[in-house]
Amino acid sequence: MFDVHEMEVNFGPQHPSTHGVLRILLKIDGERIVEAKPIIGYLHRGTEKLFEHMTYPACIPHTDRMDYIAAATNNLGFVEAVEKLMGVTAQIPRRAQLMRVMLSELQRISSHLLWLATHAIDIGAMTPFFYCFREREQVLDLFEIYCGARLTLNCMRIGGMPDDLPAGWLEDLEAFTAKFDAAVDEYESLLTNNRIWKRRTVGIGVISAEDAIDWGITGPPLRGSGVEWDLRRAQPYECYPELQFEIPVGKNGDTYDRYLVRMAEMRQSNRILKQCIPLVKATPAGEIKAKISRVIRPPEGEIYHSIESPKGELGYYIVSDGKTQTAYRCRVRPPSFVNLQALPAMAKGHLVSDLVALIGTIDIVLGEVDR
Amino acid sequence: MAEAPAQTAARSVDDIKRDPLVADAVARVADAIVDAKEFAGEITLTVAKDRIRDVAQSFKDDGFTYLVDLAGLDYSKYPNWKGERFAVAYMLYSFKKNARIRLKTFTSDAIPTVTTVWKTANWHERETFDMLGIKFDGHPNLERILMWEGFNGHPLRKDFPVRGIDTGARIYPEVFPEGGGPKAGSTGKDVKDVNVYKGEWKDYGTWPAAALPAAPKPAAAAPKPAAPAPQIAGEVEEGEVEN
Repeated sequence: MFDVHEMEVNFGPQHPSTHGVLRILLKIDGERIVEAKPIIGYLHRGTEKLFEHMTYPACIPHTDRMDYIAAATNNLGFVEAVEKLMGVTAQIPRRAQLMRVMLSELQRISSHLLWLATHAIDIGAMTPFFYCFREREQVLDLFEIYCGARLTLNCMRIGGMPDDLPAGWLEDLEAFTAKFDAAVDEYESLLTNNRIWKRRTVGIGVISAEDAIDWGITGPPLRGSGVEWDLRRAQPYECYPELQFEIPVGKNGDTYDRYLVRMAEMRQSNRILKQCIPLVKATPAGEIKAKISRVIRPPEGEIYHSIESPKGELGYYIVSDGKTQTAYRCRVRPPSFVNLQALPAMAKGHLVSDLVALIGTIDIVLGEVDR
Repeated sequence: MAEAPAQTAARSVDDIKRDPLVADAVARVADAIVDAKEFAGEITLTVAKDRIRDVAQSFKDDGFTYLVDLAGLDYSKYPNWKGERFAVAYMLYSFKKNARIRLKTFTSDAIPTVTTVWKTANWHERETFDMLGIKFDGHPNLERILMWEGFNGHPLRKDFPVRGIDTGARIYPEVFPEGGGPKAGSTGKDVKDVNVYKGEWKDYGTWPAAALPAAPKPAAAAPKPAAPAPQIAGEVEEGEVEN
């Protein structure tokens, strides 16, 4: 059954570099990985079951708890899906759309900052952690000023936004965006041309574009393999069509390219935020809710709607029977779950220490993997 | 943007099948498509369950190289439902056409796997099996993924209580011994004999629920005084709205 040199070890579930409670059953030959088998489910909370027993607005706080690093995008995906089911997508006021875009881009920045901090510290670079958390703190402060929460934001509603922007929020955001590009330069000066960083990331976990699509990989890992595909551009939602941004793509599909893609994405998000500020200022204050019924009872039907979350394609498949205020079935398509599936293929033949880099580069959140 | 609900004039089944988006793929497997629907601009094609793999392959050849999602549904509590109990929905995306379609197939127990068509279907099918108990014939590794090995019941079935179960003993007492479930030291499949039910798994028959066999009284075992079972959450009726 075993080669005499092979042995089986558990990696996780209680290990800081697994970013949560991921357990991987490793079959190793010395330091080399023969086989890796992710075992998940330690954080399963039955979110999809709960969705079937709650009214649509009551589901929104539960979406926060799936990808708890990027709650705003989870909210966005869910409220947009319900709006699409109700057929009111076109009625969302422009100010609410812009606020949604701003919050989700801020969320993308904070999610990527957390990814960079933990990814770098896993590989052994200590300093970026402190730098990233310095800026992430400012983003979380902006969230806190808007909605009172820092992680589980619950900051969107079906048909609009819960509250208008508080006074001075846009100025705070402007100050942040003015400084943020320089901060990204600072992270890059520590890592991008660092010889140790490159030795740990270049050529690690290569996945080709065809394989990535076959595995269903989305988000930065897909773009790192050279597929220029971003739902904000391919199937735009809210007011993304009128915003200028580029889709960064990699070439080799390795860990280093995925790193470069995410760094470039932070700059693009900052660019979007800068464009949004004057646009929001031009809209009338207070117009943040569409005039829709308070009792949300969508017609009978089923829809699938997805958005580009920081991790990849986040989709909601909602089936409504048209009679109740609850979803008959609400399925979440979590990007982390699908991306994690390719880990064994990526890890095969690498060293155990590279597995740590690979878990970091896929950027999983176990709350979303297990739901 | 491109999602203005196109519900003005509902198209007929044949019209949807002739839609340029799906026409080529449908033409190759026309006999397998039994129904077609359109809602909010999304096309749903219902596929005969034995042909799902052919249809999937046909769509993949036609450019739908990306299986976005695979979702299982339990229709047993759907109002006025007369079809088979379960459905599996396949969300497909074509990079070339930048468009999505949905395939749907109905079953009461098992359907062929599509892991041979898309690798990504592997975990999705395992999850659907875990959550709803739909079997995927030909799947390379059909075992539980979110719940633990040996868990009794399928949480997303409509007859599974939302408050949860006492590790299997409460809702299917005739199948699972009291106190079953994971214990310290259980590592899943390789130590299956530690705490997993070893007897025959009971066949629950086919839906509708009226066809279910009545739970046999535990023979010989002395009837215990009706000790109230521990409540995990408050009393929540199935389907009741709580908010």
